[in-house]
Amino acid sequence: MNGSRIPILKVGRVLIVPIQVDMDDQTVMHLQERILSELERTGARGVLIDISMLETVDSFIGRVLSDIAAMARIMDARTVVVGMQPAVAITLVELGLELRGVDTVLNVDEGIKLLRDEFGIRDADDGLEHRELSMFDGEQVNRT
Amino acid sequence: MESKSIALENEHDIAVARNEVRVLAVGLGFRLVDQTRLTTVASELARNVIKYARRGRMIAQPTRNPAGRNGLRLIFEDSGPGIPDIGAAMRDGFTTGGGLGKGLPGSKRLVDEFEIESAPGHGTRVTVARWA
Repeated sequence: MNGSRIPILKVGRVLIVPIQVDMDDQTVMHLQERILSELERTGARGVLIDISMLETVDSFIGRVLSDIAAMARIMDARTVVVGMQPAVAITLVELGLELRGVDTVLNVDEGIKLLRDEFGIRDADDGLEHRELSMFDGEQVNRT
Repeated sequence: MESKSIALENEHDIAVARNEVRVLAVGLGFRLVDQTRLTTVASELARNVIKYARRGRMIAQPTRNPAGRNGLRLIFEDSGPGIPDIGAAMRDGFTTGGGLGKGLPGSKRLVDEFEIESAPGHGTRVTVARWA
Protein backbone atom coordinates (compact mmCIF):
# COMPACT_ATOMS: atom_id res chain seq x y z
CA MET A 1 0.00 0.00 0.00
CA ASN A 2 1.48 3.33 -1.02
CA GLY A 3 0.52 6.59 0.54
CA SER A 4 -0.96 8.81 -2.13
CA ARG A 5 -2.12 12.35 -1.93
CA ILE A 6 -5.08 14.14 -3.38
CA PRO A 7 -4.20 17.80 -3.82
CA ILE A 8 -6.68 20.63 -3.54
CA LEU A 9 -5.58 23.49 -5.81
CA LYS A 10 -6.90 27.01 -5.81
CA VAL A 11 -7.14 28.84 -9.12
CA GLY A 12 -8.76 32.22 -8.71
CA ARG A 13 -11.90 31.57 -6.71
CA VAL A 14 -12.18 27.93 -7.71
CA LEU A 15 -10.92 24.87 -5.87
CA ILE A 16 -9.67 22.18 -8.22
CA VAL A 17 -9.61 18.62 -6.95
CA PRO A 18 -7.93 16.14 -9.28
CA ILE A 19 -8.69 12.62 -8.12
CA GLN A 20 -5.98 10.39 -9.55
CA VAL A 21 -6.44 7.14 -7.67
CA ASP A 22 -9.05 4.68 -6.54
CA MET A 23 -10.08 5.77 -3.04
CA ASP A 24 -11.30 3.69 -0.17
CA ASP A 25 -14.38 4.89 1.71
CA GLN A 26 -12.45 6.62 4.44
CA THR A 27 -10.32 8.51 1.94
CA VAL A 28 -13.51 9.69 0.23
CA MET A 29 -14.97 10.95 3.51
CA HIS A 30 -11.76 12.75 4.44
CA LEU A 31 -11.62 14.37 1.04
CA GLN A 32 -15.17 15.67 1.52
CA GLU A 33 -14.17 17.25 4.83
CA ARG A 34 -11.02 18.79 3.31
CA ILE A 35 -12.96 20.35 0.46
CA LEU A 36 -15.49 21.93 2.82
CA SER A 37 -12.87 23.27 5.18
CA GLU A 38 -10.87 24.72 2.27
CA LEU A 39 -14.07 26.38 1.01
CA GLU A 40 -14.52 28.02 4.36
CA ARG A 41 -10.86 28.96 4.72
CA THR A 42 -10.39 30.44 1.25
CA GLY A 43 -13.85 31.78 0.43
CA ALA A 44 -13.69 29.99 -2.91
CA ARG A 45 -16.98 30.06 -4.82
CA GLY A 46 -16.54 27.05 -7.03
CA VAL A 47 -15.36 23.45 -6.71
CA LEU A 48 -14.16 21.53 -9.74
CA ILE A 49 -13.69 17.82 -9.14
CA ASP A 50 -11.78 16.04 -11.89
CA ILE A 51 -12.66 12.34 -11.97
CA SER A 52 -11.13 11.58 -15.37
CA MET A 53 -8.71 9.11 -13.79
CA LEU A 54 -11.38 7.44 -11.68
CA GLU A 55 -12.23 4.01 -13.09
CA THR A 56 -15.05 3.18 -10.71
CA VAL A 57 -17.82 5.33 -9.29
CA ASP A 58 -20.12 3.26 -7.12
CA SER A 59 -23.20 4.34 -5.19
CA PHE A 60 -21.08 5.40 -2.22
CA ILE A 61 -18.85 7.78 -4.17
CA GLY A 62 -21.88 8.91 -6.15
CA ARG A 63 -23.67 9.85 -2.97
CA VAL A 64 -20.62 11.65 -1.57
CA LEU A 65 -20.30 13.69 -4.79
CA SER A 66 -23.97 14.70 -4.40
CA ASP A 67 -23.38 15.51 -0.73
CA ILE A 68 -20.33 17.65 -1.52
CA ALA A 69 -22.36 19.59 -4.10
CA ALA A 70 -25.23 20.11 -1.64
CA MET A 71 -22.95 21.17 1.22
CA ALA A 72 -20.90 23.46 -1.00
CA ARG A 73 -24.14 25.03 -2.24
CA ILE A 74 -25.10 25.89 1.33
CA MET A 75 -21.69 27.52 1.64
CA ASP A 76 -22.50 29.58 -1.47
CA ALA A 77 -20.23 27.61 -3.80
CA ARG A 78 -21.06 25.63 -6.93
CA THR A 79 -19.66 22.20 -7.75
CA VAL A 80 -18.81 20.79 -11.14
CA VAL A 81 -17.65 17.22 -11.75
CA VAL A 82 -15.54 16.89 -14.88
CA GLY A 83 -14.08 14.15 -17.05
CA MET A 84 -16.27 11.17 -16.27
CA GLN A 85 -15.14 8.20 -18.36
CA PRO A 86 -17.83 6.85 -20.75
CA ALA A 87 -17.68 3.39 -19.14
CA VAL A 88 -18.30 5.00 -15.75
CA ALA A 89 -21.26 6.99 -17.11
CA ILE A 90 -22.83 3.86 -18.63
CA THR A 91 -22.39 1.95 -15.38
CA LEU A 92 -23.81 4.77 -13.26
CA VAL A 93 -26.97 4.96 -15.33
CA GLU A 94 -27.47 1.19 -15.26
CA LEU A 95 -26.90 1.23 -11.52
CA GLY A 96 -29.67 3.80 -11.26
CA LEU A 97 -27.61 6.68 -9.89
CA GLU A 98 -28.46 10.23 -10.87
CA LEU A 99 -25.74 12.26 -9.13
CA ARG A 100 -28.48 14.58 -7.95
CA GLY A 101 -27.51 18.23 -7.78
CA VAL A 102 -24.18 17.67 -9.48
CA ASP A 103 -23.32 19.41 -12.72
CA THR A 104 -21.12 17.29 -14.95
CA VAL A 105 -19.13 18.41 -17.96
CA LEU A 106 -16.61 16.77 -20.25
CA ASN A 107 -13.35 18.36 -19.22
CA VAL A 108 -11.63 20.89 -17.00
CA ASP A 109 -11.90 23.65 -19.64
CA GLU A 110 -15.67 23.21 -19.85
CA GLY A 111 -15.88 23.04 -16.07
CA ILE A 112 -14.08 26.36 -15.61
CA LYS A 113 -16.25 27.87 -18.33
CA LEU A 114 -19.42 26.66 -16.60
CA LEU A 115 -18.35 28.04 -13.24
CA ARG A 116 -17.42 31.34 -14.85
CA ASP A 117 -20.26 31.88 -17.31
CA GLU A 118 -23.23 30.15 -15.72
CA PHE A 119 -22.46 30.70 -12.09
CA GLY A 120 -20.71 34.04 -12.49
CA ILE A 121 -17.60 33.06 -10.57
CA ARG A 122 -14.87 35.48 -11.56
CA ASP A 123 -11.21 35.42 -10.76
CA ALA A 124 -11.92 38.49 -8.66
CA ASP A 125 -9.27 38.15 -6.05
CA ASP A 126 -6.01 37.23 -7.66
CA GLY A 127 -6.40 36.33 -11.28
CA LEU A 128 -4.45 33.31 -12.34
CA GLU A 129 -2.82 32.58 -9.09
CA HIS A 130 -2.23 28.88 -8.94
CA ARG A 131 -1.05 27.43 -5.74
CA GLU A 132 -1.40 24.27 -3.87
CA LEU A 133 -3.39 24.71 -0.70
CA SER A 134 -3.21 21.40 0.92
CA MET A 135 -2.27 17.87 0.38
CA PHE A 136 -4.38 15.15 1.74
CA ASP A 137 -2.84 11.88 2.78
CA GLY A 138 -4.88 8.96 1.61
CA GLU A 139 -4.21 5.42 0.71
CA GLN A 140 -3.76 3.99 -2.70
CA VAL A 141 -4.61 0.46 -3.65
CA ASN A 142 -1.83 -1.02 -5.69
CA ARG A 143 -2.59 -2.76 -8.90
CA THR A 144 -1.13 -6.22 -8.84
CA MET B 1 -6.80 -18.51 -14.00
CA GLU B 2 -7.40 -19.65 -10.48
CA SER B 3 -10.16 -18.64 -8.11
CA LYS B 4 -9.33 -16.03 -5.53
CA SER B 5 -10.78 -15.49 -2.11
CA ILE B 6 -10.65 -12.02 -0.61
CA ALA B 7 -11.42 -11.48 3.05
CA LEU B 8 -13.86 -8.63 3.61
CA GLU B 9 -13.22 -7.33 7.11
CA ASN B 10 -13.07 -3.57 6.89
CA GLU B 11 -13.84 -0.74 4.52
CA HIS B 12 -10.45 -0.84 2.90
CA ASP B 13 -11.10 -4.44 1.78
CA ILE B 14 -13.87 -3.08 -0.47
CA ALA B 15 -11.18 -1.26 -2.46
CA VAL B 16 -9.02 -4.39 -2.45
CA ALA B 17 -11.93 -6.46 -3.83
CA ARG B 18 -12.57 -3.83 -6.52
CA ASN B 19 -8.95 -3.88 -7.57
CA GLU B 20 -8.80 -7.69 -7.63
CA VAL B 21 -11.89 -7.89 -9.85
CA ARG B 22 -10.53 -5.27 -12.23
CA VAL B 23 -7.27 -7.22 -12.65
CA LEU B 24 -9.12 -10.50 -13.27
CA ALA B 25 -11.56 -8.87 -15.73
CA VAL B 26 -8.68 -7.38 -17.72
CA GLY B 27 -6.93 -10.77 -17.80
CA LEU B 28 -10.09 -12.49 -19.02
CA GLY B 29 -10.41 -10.10 -21.93
CA PHE B 30 -13.49 -8.16 -20.80
CA ARG B 31 -13.93 -4.89 -22.66
CA LEU B 32 -13.56 -1.69 -20.67
CA VAL B 33 -17.24 -1.07 -19.96
CA ASP B 34 -17.65 -4.64 -18.68
CA GLN B 35 -14.55 -4.26 -16.51
CA THR B 36 -16.20 -1.19 -15.04
CA ARG B 37 -19.54 -2.97 -14.53
CA LEU B 38 -17.87 -5.88 -12.74
CA THR B 39 -15.69 -3.64 -10.62
CA THR B 40 -18.69 -1.55 -9.61
CA VAL B 41 -20.75 -4.64 -8.73
CA ALA B 42 -17.87 -5.91 -6.60
CA SER B 43 -17.77 -2.57 -4.82
CA GLU B 44 -21.52 -2.53 -4.12
CA LEU B 45 -21.75 -6.12 -2.94
CA ALA B 46 -18.55 -6.04 -0.88
CA ARG B 47 -19.84 -2.90 0.83
CA ASN B 48 -23.10 -4.69 1.65
CA VAL B 49 -21.11 -7.44 3.37
CA ILE B 50 -19.20 -4.92 5.51
CA LYS B 51 -22.26 -2.79 6.22
CA TYR B 52 -24.76 -5.46 7.14
CA ALA B 53 -22.66 -8.44 8.26
CA ARG B 54 -19.43 -6.67 9.29
CA ARG B 55 -17.33 -9.38 7.68
CA GLY B 56 -17.39 -12.05 5.04
CA ARG B 57 -15.57 -12.84 1.85
CA MET B 58 -15.59 -12.52 -1.90
CA ILE B 59 -14.67 -15.46 -4.09
CA ALA B 60 -13.77 -14.58 -7.67
CA GLN B 61 -13.97 -17.49 -10.10
CA PRO B 62 -12.77 -17.09 -13.67
CA THR B 63 -14.89 -19.46 -15.74
CA ARG B 64 -15.68 -20.48 -19.29
CA ASN B 65 -18.95 -21.54 -20.84
CA PRO B 66 -19.32 -24.55 -23.22
CA ALA B 67 -19.03 -22.18 -26.18
CA GLY B 68 -15.57 -21.20 -24.96
CA ARG B 69 -16.59 -17.75 -23.79
CA ASN B 70 -14.71 -16.38 -20.79
CA GLY B 71 -16.67 -15.28 -17.78
CA LEU B 72 -16.20 -14.12 -14.24
CA ARG B 73 -18.30 -15.34 -11.33
CA LEU B 74 -18.22 -13.45 -8.05
CA ILE B 75 -19.58 -14.88 -4.82
CA PHE B 76 -20.13 -12.70 -1.75
CA GLU B 77 -20.88 -14.59 1.42
CA ASP B 78 -21.27 -13.69 5.03
CA SER B 79 -22.66 -15.08 8.27
CA GLY B 80 -24.52 -11.91 9.12
CA PRO B 81 -28.15 -11.29 10.00
CA GLY B 82 -29.44 -12.26 6.57
CA ILE B 83 -32.16 -10.53 4.57
CA PRO B 84 -35.69 -11.03 5.95
CA ASP B 85 -37.45 -9.87 2.78
CA ILE B 86 -35.41 -10.43 -0.40
CA GLY B 87 -38.25 -9.11 -2.58
CA ALA B 88 -38.13 -5.77 -0.80
CA ALA B 89 -34.32 -5.68 -0.83
CA MET B 90 -34.35 -6.09 -4.62
CA ARG B 91 -36.57 -3.04 -5.12
CA ASP B 92 -34.93 0.22 -6.18
CA GLY B 93 -34.80 2.68 -3.34
CA PHE B 94 -35.41 0.18 -0.55
CA THR B 95 -32.77 0.39 2.17
CA THR B 96 -32.37 -0.53 5.80
CA GLY B 97 -28.82 0.78 5.93
CA GLY B 98 -29.27 4.46 5.20
CA GLY B 99 -27.92 4.13 1.67
CA LEU B 100 -29.56 4.88 -1.64
CA GLY B 101 -31.11 1.44 -2.04
CA LYS B 102 -29.32 0.90 -5.34
CA GLY B 103 -26.84 -1.79 -4.31
CA LEU B 104 -28.75 -5.00 -4.99
CA PRO B 105 -31.16 -4.00 -7.78
CA GLY B 106 -28.46 -1.90 -9.44
CA SER B 107 -25.91 -4.71 -9.27
CA LYS B 108 -28.41 -7.09 -10.85
CA ARG B 109 -28.69 -4.78 -13.86
CA LEU B 110 -24.90 -4.82 -14.32
CA VAL B 111 -24.44 -8.58 -14.65
CA ASP B 112 -25.76 -11.47 -16.76
CA GLU B 113 -26.55 -13.77 -13.86
CA PHE B 114 -27.64 -12.84 -10.35
CA GLU B 115 -28.64 -15.11 -7.53
CA ILE B 116 -29.27 -14.34 -3.90
CA GLU B 117 -29.74 -16.77 -1.05
CA SER B 118 -30.31 -15.68 2.49
CA ALA B 119 -31.35 -17.28 5.73
CA PRO B 120 -32.29 -14.80 8.44
CA GLY B 121 -29.89 -15.26 11.32
CA HIS B 122 -27.48 -17.34 9.25
CA GLY B 123 -26.13 -15.19 6.50
CA THR B 124 -26.34 -14.23 2.88
CA ARG B 125 -24.75 -15.40 -0.35
CA VAL B 126 -24.96 -13.34 -3.52
CA THR B 127 -23.60 -14.91 -6.72
CA VAL B 128 -23.19 -12.90 -9.91
CA ALA B 129 -21.63 -13.69 -13.26
CA ARG B 130 -20.89 -11.86 -16.44
CA TRP B 131 -19.66 -13.23 -19.76
CA ALA B 132 -16.99 -11.51 -21.80
